[in-house]
Amino acid sequence: MRRRQAIALLALVGFCIALYLWFYKIGIIGKLQCGSGSCEFVQTSRYGALFGVPVAFYGVAGYAIIFAVAIAGLQPSQLTRRWPATGLALLSAAGFLFTLYLTGIELFVLHAICRWCVGSAVVMTVIAAIAVPEGIRVK
Amino acid sequence: MNRFYLLLVLVAVVAGVLMWVGSRGASGDVSATSAGAPVVVTSADSAFQGYVLGSATAPVEVVEYADLQCPHCGEFANVQFPTIREQLINTGQLRWRFRDFPLNFPWSRLSALAGQCAGEQGKFWEMEDMMFQRQSAWGSSSRNPTTAFRDLARGVGADLDKYNACMDSQRYAGRVEASHREGVARGVTGTPTFFVNGRQLDNNRFGNSDAFQHLVDSLTGKGRR
Repeated sequence: MRRRQAIALLALVGFCIALYLWFYKIGIIGKLQCGSGSCEFVQTSRYGALFGVPVAFYGVAGYAIIFAVAIAGLQPSQLTRRWPATGLALLSAAGFLFTLYLTGIELFVLHAICRWCVGSAVVMTVIAAIAVPEGIRVK
Repeated sequence: MNRFYLLLVLVAVVAGVLMWVGSRGASGDVSATSAGAPVVVTSADSAFQGYVLGSATAPVEVVEYADLQCPHCGEFANVQFPTIREQLINTGQLRWRFRDFPLNFPWSRLSALAGQCAGEQGKFWEMEDMMFQRQSAWGSSSRNPTTAFRDLARGVGADLDKYNACMDSQRYAGRVEASHREGVARGVTGTPTFFVNGRQLDNNRFGNSDAFQHLVDSLTGKGRR
């Protein structure tokens, strides 16, 4: 149960980061608070959107789904069921791979690091580190 | 368990407050100008005479007072100006001077600032061109176009850090205001308004490139008999 709580909490943090980046991308927020990072460069690059949809939106949707599954898995009737653990493992693994791709773009193509993206990558990595072993264990 | 949900709510609230504060801090400065906050005009602001396109020795100078959000200015810039530029400015017959005359559109002053901040890096004409080309997208939206302008600035090759610093500090608010006051003093009431060698033109007669061609011909003696 503690693990699912941690995943839900992390997913909420990730959701907020992705929402912030998405709000910037669609013009609701005028400027990113990025310190000395290159958030705007990364966000306004051609890699800031995938299939015409801002990358940040995939994050918003992904974290929202992970959060929902974790919360559902915390309900007393679902605590002993397998599907939440399996679902979280699959979702977080996919999220981690996507994060890996985006970080690779930042490091090797754009040569610019967006701090918020790094924050999201760390959150997704920790979620995957918690969810994947549990998913394998309950299989 | 209840403590856990309380923690989730707390995280959501804190994140929401941070985003709200962050977004206000990011765009509040510039919209203050848009809302008509007092602007200090220095002598340097008044001394700036606008961005100029064309030869310094061209016999005819047109001063255009324009608002980057004004649809008529956009139409003129996108339809007539390319021909004027190609046939009259690039051939040394005409020199074009752009003066900001922000009207009361929501983003009039913000767009003028964006043009000036790109101009600081030698990208005024490229930025002006892009802003007019994309005017239908940003100009008709109620959404703050700060991000759109930043994308355009980046697109024309401006250094974004310098551009952002310029926009955040509203470095050229005084210059835009000085230009507007100058226009008011010269009798400008709408945009675009043109002055050819100091004489104000009737906008209804000079809304196309042919009319400008005839005017230049007459002023340079080609049309005299």
